[in-house]
Amino acid sequence: MSGGHSSYTPNTGIEKWIDARLPLPRLMYDSFVAYPVPRNLNYAYAFGGILAIMLVSQILTGVVLAMHYAVDTGLAFNSVEKIMRDVNSGWLLRYLHANGASMFFLAVYVHIFRGLYYGSYKAPRELLWILGVIILLLMMATAFMGYVLPWGQMSFWGATVITGFFTAFPIIGDPIQQLLLGGFAVDNPTLNRFFSLHYLLPFMIAGVVILHVWALHVTGQTNPTGIEVKSKTDTVAFTPYATVKDAFALCLFFILFAYFVFYLPNFMGHPDNYIQADSLKTPAHIVPEWYFLPFYAMLRAITFNIGPINSKLGGVLTMFGSIAVLFIVPWLDTSKVRSAVYRPWYKLFFWLFVANAIMLGWLGSRPAEGLYVIFSQLGTAYYFGFFIVLMPLLGLIETPRRLPNSITEAVLAKNKSGGQPVGVAAAPETKG
Amino acid sequence: MSAHDTTEPTRRDFLYIATGMAGVVGAGAFAWPFIDQMRPDASTLAVSSIEVDVSAVQPGMSLTVKWRGKPIFIRNRTDKEVEEAKAVELSQLKDPVARNANLPTDAQATDADRTASKDKENWLVMVGVCTHLGCIPLGQQGDFGGWFCPCHGSHYDTAGRIRKGPAPENLPIPPLSFISDTVIKIG
Amino acid sequence: MKKILLGLAAAGLGTMLALGGAYAAEEAGHNAAEPTHFPIEKPAELDWTFAGPFGHYDKQQLQRGLKIYKEVCSACHSMSLVAFRSLEELGYTEAQVKAFAAEYEVPDAPNADGEIVNRKAIPADHFPSPYPNAQAAAAANGGAVPPDFSLIAKARAVERGFPLFVADIFTQYQEGGPDYIHALLTGFGQTPPEGMQIPEGTHYNPYFIAAKSLAMAQPLQDGQVTYDDGSPQTLDQYSKDISAFLMWAAEPHLEDRKKTGFRVMIFLIVFAGLVYIAKRRIWADVEH
Repeated sequence: MSGGHSSYTPNTGIEKWIDARLPLPRLMYDSFVAYPVPRNLNYAYAFGGILAIMLVSQILTGVVLAMHYAVDTGLAFNSVEKIMRDVNSGWLLRYLHANGASMFFLAVYVHIFRGLYYGSYKAPRELLWILGVIILLLMMATAFMGYVLPWGQMSFWGATVITGFFTAFPIIGDPIQQLLLGGFAVDNPTLNRFFSLHYLLPFMIAGVVILHVWALHVTGQTNPTGIEVKSKTDTVAFTPYATVKDAFALCLFFILFAYFVFYLPNFMGHPDNYIQADSLKTPAHIVPEWYFLPFYAMLRAITFNIGPINSKLGGVLTMFGSIAVLFIVPWLDTSKVRSAVYRPWYKLFFWLFVANAIMLGWLGSRPAEGLYVIFSQLGTAYYFGFFIVLMPLLGLIETPRRLPNSITEAVLAKNKSGGQPVGVAAAPETKG
Repeated sequence: MSAHDTTEPTRRDFLYIATGMAGVVGAGAFAWPFIDQMRPDASTLAVSSIEVDVSAVQPGMSLTVKWRGKPIFIRNRTDKEVEEAKAVELSQLKDPVARNANLPTDAQATDADRTASKDKENWLVMVGVCTHLGCIPLGQQGDFGGWFCPCHGSHYDTAGRIRKGPAPENLPIPPLSFISDTVIKIG
Repeated sequence: MKKILLGLAAAGLGTMLALGGAYAAEEAGHNAAEPTHFPIEKPAELDWTFAGPFGHYDKQQLQRGLKIYKEVCSACHSMSLVAFRSLEELGYTEAQVKAFAAEYEVPDAPNADGEIVNRKAIPADHFPSPYPNAQAAAAANGGAVPPDFSLIAKARAVERGFPLFVADIFTQYQEGGPDYIHALLTGFGQTPPEGMQIPEGTHYNPYFIAAKSLAMAQPLQDGQVTYDDGSPQTLDQYSKDISAFLMWAAEPHLEDRKKTGFRVMIFLIVFAGLVYIAKRRIWADVEH
């Protein structure tokens, strides 16, 4: 996948035999061993690897949960409880899967924020970024449908509200909703198709992830300086340097993951989902899972009609728009400098954007009333303003800080006090 | 990668090996729940032992109950059936082993070792699955008045012993005990 | 231009600060006679043996809770996900569980005449429901179906709000359910505030999660259930015991989970340390 020349040399006879027929070892070697990565990557760059592991973990736990889950509105809730009570290690697998979804999103948001901060979306990595946004969309669909499967009150009413989005569209809305539900309301056909799709989509995600990694290995990674790799001294071999660093980050991430699974397994969930779905009784306060809250806040922020668009459609369009705008980010940013490290103003507004996203998340969990609505509206305005106004504008008016000439120069400047001779620093590329 | 580093190769290698080993142990431990979940769950195990009230089963009558997903034939044999079974010489049997889970594995297939209890020789309790390929034999049919499997023509006698046909073994007797005169615990 | 940007940034920060005020204003917007947010009062946080990283169930307490469930709650509330066999986890022997189950009747499979008659329950059976269906339950209770108790301790929790919910991550607070049940059971019999209208047939309880009053009357009183182990026969003790029992019913593998968790955490921390040292060694000759 590296796109460049291959440094793989098969040594034994069997390696040569395989290499001549299916050069999979060569591909693996070039992609995950010899692949050069910038030497100055920090731990924010470890989340791609963490996400890959989380996807595998979710698929594994999901496959075994499906061995015990019953897809029927009359059985689903109890079958999940049977997993929790009777199936050997069932409670562990289910908590791993449920909390794994939260951890997956936590990691993907850090990954996205890292991309925004270091300008990872800028040319020539536009397709890499767009593939990432597609993965995000698929993840959201998967997570939403997975949340319906336990058939609790939040599952049912979450499904009702989310599929209700489509009714906002005039004329085609209702038929689309009925098509999605397989009926006039969320019921057995809905549960069955959601299960089917929830099982399918992770494999589609895995497919897009392969494209995402392929695109990454064509362009190479960005790095905190935002300067492209210029010479061999700028890089180290993926293995062992990046692998061991990613492994350490993964360990820390797993500690957090395990902490939630074993000590706070229901912290991310909602108590109402331990009540079986009742189509005649809505819970007092419907909230989506935490990872959808910022988008939910933006949905509810549109309480007014915008010209011919009523508030309902406006909210839905705003919510879809909040993801759609990510697709065009590579063309919205006009700055010639990639990394926020050298863009003082962008850095400030970036952190405001992060704070704003967290605020929107919190507002999404609040009832839609009073001042909360006004703050949601301000937050929504900033969310879109950041992409549509600030990104193009800052590139034109901002004076970036002086850029170093190369990654190596930046590293050496940073470590000047440490004082190691350049010769030693340049050594790794000779080792592979 | 540390070929030039001659000062402490052993310590380094040890560290990498220890880390790798710990990783393997961790991965193994993580894999365990995925295998563990395949074992029969608590609700399945809870019904792995059943109690059957046979007070209503008169001589010449049979009862079929389900145990661990399989049919259990409980027959209150008539005196004639018992006599017929007793009259059979061990040398006439295709399978001379009792196949009784309550007895040693080498117990012989005498009628006494096939019955449910020494002092209740009229009671016969067997797993009703043909030892050939798993069909359910029909009761009181076949050449020996016992059971007959219609799938491939296996004939069992009144003690459930294979006498003719492709089945290799006698119908197995599950672990059982009489809790009282009329209640049998199976499993 | 810089001034405009600086102003924008300042406005953003100001908004964040104002948010705190908005939160306080929203949360404080209570009217004593006509409250809009429930519960009116938040439950007290009690000490539970099953709280924290080394939490475990007090089997004596669970047995007392089971007695309360059997003698009081089970008249109206089902607990259909709990099997008798799991009562062995409360410290009972197999024979005791069998005898306990035999006190209940469950419908048998159709007999030879095609009739369904009741038989004594066996350990593999689940607690039978007091009503044949939800309609019967509603009809017998003035229209309100008594909720099933299998998961009630996980299905009820009063929202913690900011900043408590952040603090809960570090204190591992997961006992909102038992705290709520205890508060509800001990919260009956209070006088409603001046001017509050209590609907006919309901009972005021400021701890009720969904309204100012609920259909259930005070179910437990001092001295109602006889304990054989010398524990105080008070409403407070009853409420604690039934709450603990319901927590067990909702999360029977809690002890197992926390014990496994401890081992996993130790392993992960040691392994992370090893990987970190390996990482330091590998990167030792590369400036980064």
